Amino acid sequence: MWSRQRGRLKPLCCGVEELRCRRREREAALRKARREQQLVSKRLLRDEALEEAEEGCVAMIFGEAEIQQFLRLAQRGTEEKEREGALVSLRRGLQRPETQQTFIRLEGSIRTLVGLLTSNQALLQLEAARCLHELSHSEQSAVVEACLPATSYLLTYLSGHSSDFISPHLTVLEALGYALSQLLQAKEAPEKIIPSVLGSTLPQHMLQLLQPGPKLNLGVAVEFAWCLHYIICSQVNNALLITQGALSTLGLLLLDLAGAVQRTEDAGLELLACPVFRCLSNLLTEAAAEAVGGQLQLRDERVVAALFILLQFLLQKQPSLLPEGLWLLNNLTANSPSFCTSLLSLDLIEPLLHLLSVSNVVSVLVLTVLCNVAEKGPAYCQRLWPGPLLSSLLDTLAFSDTEVVGQSLELLQLLFLYQPGAAQAFLQQSGLQALQRHEEVAQLQDRVHALQQTALHG
Amino acid sequence: MQLPPALHARLAGAPGSAEPLPVERDPAARTAPFRFAPRPVRFPREHDFFEEGDVQRHLYLQDVLTQVGGAPERPRVPEFTCQVAGCCQVFDALEDYEHHYHTLHRNVCSFCKRAFPSGHLLDTHILEWHDSLFQILAERQDMYQCLVEGCTEKFRTSRDRKEHLVMRHLYPVDFRFDKPRKSRGPVMPGAAEQVLAEAPGDDGVPSEVDAMEVCSEHVEPPPAPAGERRAYSHREMELVSFSCPRTVAQNLA
Repeated sequence: MWSRQRGRLKPLCCGVEELRCRRREREAALRKARREQQLVSKRLLRDEALEEAEEGCVAMIFGEAEIQQFLRLAQRGTEEKEREGALVSLRRGLQRPETQQTFIRLEGSIRTLVGLLTSNQALLQLEAARCLHELSHSEQSAVVEACLPATSYLLTYLSGHSSDFISPHLTVLEALGYALSQLLQAKEAPEKIIPSVLGSTLPQHMLQLLQPGPKLNLGVAVEFAWCLHYIICSQVNNALLITQGALSTLGLLLLDLAGAVQRTEDAGLELLACPVFRCLSNLLTEAAAEAVGGQLQLRDERVVAALFILLQFLLQKQPSLLPEGLWLLNNLTANSPSFCTSLLSLDLIEPLLHLLSVSNVVSVLVLTVLCNVAEKGPAYCQRLWPGPLLSSLLDTLAFSDTEVVGQSLELLQLLFLYQPGAAQAFLQQSGLQALQRHEEVAQLQDRVHALQQTALHG
Repeated sequence: MQLPPALHARLAGAPGSAEPLPVERDPAARTAPFRFAPRPVRFPREHDFFEEGDVQRHLYLQDVLTQVGGAPERPRVPEFTCQVAGCCQVFDALEDYEHHYHTLHRNVCSFCKRAFPSGHLLDTHILEWHDSLFQILAERQDMYQCLVEGCTEKFRTSRDRKEHLVMRHLYPVDFRFDKPRKSRGPVMPGAAEQVLAEAPGDDGVPSEVDAMEVCSEHVEPPPAPAGERRAYSHREMELVSFSCPRTVAQNLA
């Protein structure tokens, strides 16, 4: 089903350029869908991928008797092909909401499915996982909720087998993670689904599956990281997750990712980096993220090192994900003198400045992080000076984007305040002229004038 | 974006945090019109900030799920088949497919459909097989070019050329090129070079049958043994003397 081999694609029946073009079209369609709040995996993926593949095959509505028959065959059929076939037929039927309803109301149906999922027959497991996958796609919340109790059990079962990870297990695990991520995206998830998830052993299992180490499987980790993201950004009870060690697990995973990125050219690591950034960043905003004394629970400066290695990787591989990485950097440094000091002592200011030309969003974030450092006082500004910072600021003052310029002005003010000689150097490098062009801009004028005054009169 | 070399060492080093520099804020810092205050930012699920990452996630899922949603009547094939007419090779990795395609389908003679491992060999084949002028010229002068790129030797007959390949370039004597093997024995180890057709009764005059066949051997892929993950035959790799598929794919990329 899912595979970590990136090579598993459709047959190449067209050239590379055409593939690129199609991908751009798909991206545009997805963006549009998201803006219209239609980007729910289930609907879109069904519409495009599955419908296309099943063109001309109309799924049947099965009644109770038929479903029972399929389940019976699957469980007790004599030939493997026959058992597999029964599940395939069932799966097709489960594309219809009527069949889904019937299925969940049938006593023991989910239990049977779970049994098949945990059997030791790989092909049956996979087909059963596909059935679960269909159910998790359901638009009907009742169906989706019916699957939930199964998930906990499944995770227990599968985690229990982690010592002998064989391929079908991993595939089923990945499928399970995906199915769960669908459930968690449901409209009613924050009220109905997430509280039950948080009340179960699921979070602990999920965190276990995200532990770095030799047993970490990328495909599985990606699915469960996204699950965690949907839970966290719904903000139901993040404090609980923190007590279960989410911050520390995710921090270690970030380190592991940075290590992996250095070792291989493996495509796909950004698929894991993205949800990890999101989970960490959002968790860091929780009050519980701070232990006694106002210090962050997450304190290891290797996290900063890892983040920069990942930023460099993203710059090459997927620059559109840079803002998410920088968002994490902001949340790490905002209230942490320690992390700000790390940025300085690890010589990361210059690499940060290199990102200033990527995009306006990225520039604003970079400048914000620099402000986080500078606002902590003279000891910090001293370490920002002299260096390339001033010329970078003069560059950003030439941007037309108001937010970029605004953030540059804030940083300048901090430098003028805390670093003797900064204003002088600014004047000498034609800083006043750089400021002048923004004198008439409504959002900027006051700050421009204030800086001009400071520069000239101290 | 150049990272300081010590950074990688730091990542591999011990956990720890920097001793923070002293914090000393001046109240003038946050005075109007300036308003910067450091703060961790939180984004809810639907926020626009997540658009890009969500799109990438969905692209990935779309790619993956086209495998899952296959029509049930067909046998489930996680692998895919080469789309070229008459080729039934099966793959489960893109790199292998690329290698296969470049090896067997890319340099194809449009006249007779034989496939060649390289453009050079294809050109030579077309010249010797499908160019009538070649036949005429070959009666008078040495036209059979050595197959090894960079070697400028030319020969009167394909047999002479073969001898040269064997003596000079150490080609195995009993190599065959293209023609389906009469015996279905396994390919000899080290039989990685191109094969020359043995033309019995070659009297120096090239005929349709005797003309050198500059073709790669198109071997019927053996049925993959049960449990073997790769449905792709290693033999084909050996035939075109590449060391490993990944290298080839990279070279041909």
